[in-house]
Amino acid sequence: MGLAKRIIPCLDVNNGRVVKGVQFLDIRDAGDPVEVAKRYNEQGADEITFLDIGATHENRDTMVHTVEKMASEVFIPLTVGGGIRSCDDIRRMLNAGADKVGINSAAVFDPDLVQQAAGRFGAQCIVVAIDAKSVSAPGEQPRWEIFTHGGRKPTGIDAVEWATKMVAYGAGEILLTSMDQDGVKNGYDLGLTRAISDAVSVPVIASGGVGNLDHLVDGVIEGRADAVLAASIFHFNEYTIPEAKQYMASKGIEMRL
Amino acid sequence: MKSIAVIDYGIGNLHSVAKALEHVCPDTRVYVTNDAAKIEASDRVLLPGVGAIRDCMAEIKRLGVAQIVADQMGKKPMLGICVGMQALMQRSSENGGVECLGQLPGEVSFFGEQHSVQEAHLKVPHMGWNQVQQQPHALWNGIEDNSRFYFVHSYYVRTQARDMVAATCHYGLDFDVALARENLFAVQFHPEKSHSAGLKLLQNFLQWDGS
Repeated sequence: MGLAKRIIPCLDVNNGRVVKGVQFLDIRDAGDPVEVAKRYNEQGADEITFLDIGATHENRDTMVHTVEKMASEVFIPLTVGGGIRSCDDIRRMLNAGADKVGINSAAVFDPDLVQQAAGRFGAQCIVVAIDAKSVSAPGEQPRWEIFTHGGRKPTGIDAVEWATKMVAYGAGEILLTSMDQDGVKNGYDLGLTRAISDAVSVPVIASGGVGNLDHLVDGVIEGRADAVLAASIFHFNEYTIPEAKQYMASKGIEMRL
Repeated sequence: MKSIAVIDYGIGNLHSVAKALEHVCPDTRVYVTNDAAKIEASDRVLLPGVGAIRDCMAEIKRLGVAQIVADQMGKKPMLGICVGMQALMQRSSENGGVECLGQLPGEVSFFGEQHSVQEAHLKVPHMGWNQVQQQPHALWNGIEDNSRFYFVHSYYVRTQARDMVAATCHYGLDFDVALARENLFAVQFHPEKSHSAGLKLLQNFLQWDGS
C-alpha cells in the first residue's frame, strides 16, 4: 500500500459558470463552480481543477472570487489554470486559495516564467499544462507537438522535449491534454501519456477524451499517469466519483476510497 | 474567546489553513500574523510553510520568527505543517544545505537521491494521498489508523529520536510524517487539504492542551 492514484474532476469555467464543450465548441452549461466543487468534494474527489476558459480581465476577477469561495468551503487541493501570464497572476490565485497554478501558453512564449515562478513559489505549486496533438503520419514513429491558445495555434515544438524542458525549469507536475482526444470520449491518447510520463520525473495528469471508466484505468496502467482528469462523465452524472474509484480499485489500482 | 496565531512569514498561501481552522472551530479567533505580541497572546500557534526551505528560513530569521518559535516552545500547543515541520528540524539538504531551527532532532533529505526511490521510478514530488501509520497521540483521536492524508513535498524528515515519532509513511522508503515533543506537534502532510481526516486533526489540535 502507498500513494494513491488521483481522480481530478476538471471544471471549465467561463463567466462564473461551469461549461463543457466538445473540442472547444458546442458549449453546455454545467452549473455553479463552487456548488459543483462541493459536490465532487463530498463524493471523494482527490483534487479539483478550475480552468478559466474565457481568460479575459473581467473573467479573471470573477475567477478570483470563485477560487476564494471554493477555498473557504472545500478542503482538498485546488489547481487553477487558464490565462496565467505572470508571477503576479500566480500570486493572486495562490492568495485567493489555489494550491497549484497551471501555466500553459505563457510558458511557451516565456519559458523563464516557469523558472521564476518555481523559484518564487516552489515547484510544488507550478503545474505546466501541455496541449499536444499527434503530428506523425500513420506508420511513422509517433510524434506529438504542442499547441497554444486552446489548441488553435501550432508551435512546432515536440511535446516530449517540451515536457522534459519544463520539468528542468521547475514544473512540479505536468497536466497533459490530448487535443485529438479532448471531448470526443474515445479515451486518453495513451501513447502520448506514456511517452511523457516515462520521460519526466514529476507526476503527470492525463487529460482529454474520457468516455467511460475503462479509459481511467487505461490512463493509469497503460499511460502510466499519476492522476486522471475528466469532466463531462462526472458533470453530466454518467458516473460518480465513488463508482470511478471502486472500478479502478477493482482493476488493482491503489485508490483513496 | 480562544485564539490561534498562524505565523505569517510572507511565504505561500495561508488562506486555506486559516479557513480550515475557522471551519472546524468557528468559536476560535484565527490571526494570521508575525507580530510577536499577538503570537504571545494567542492560546495556540501554527507554523505553516511551503516552497523552498532556504527562502523560508531566510524570512523566519529576518522577521524574528526563530525567536518567537523558541519563546513559545514549552508554553502552548504548537503545530508545524509541511515546510513548517522541516524548518523545526536541525538541517535540510535542500538548496545545497540549510541550517534549520533545531527544535527537533533530525535531518531533511531529498527523495530523488534515494536508491529505492530511483529504482522504483517513483515520481518526485511525492504528491497525493498516502496512508499514515499512527503512533498513539491525542491528535489522532477519532482518526482511523492508516487514514490517507494529502502530501506534496520533495524532501522528507527522518529522526533518530524514535520516541518522538507520532506517524510514519512509505514512499520508496519509510519516513517520519508526524513528530511530537511535549507541546509541539509537526506534520509533513497538509491537514487543511486532507478532507475529513485533516479537518479532524486540526480540530483535535484546537482542543489539545499540549500534554
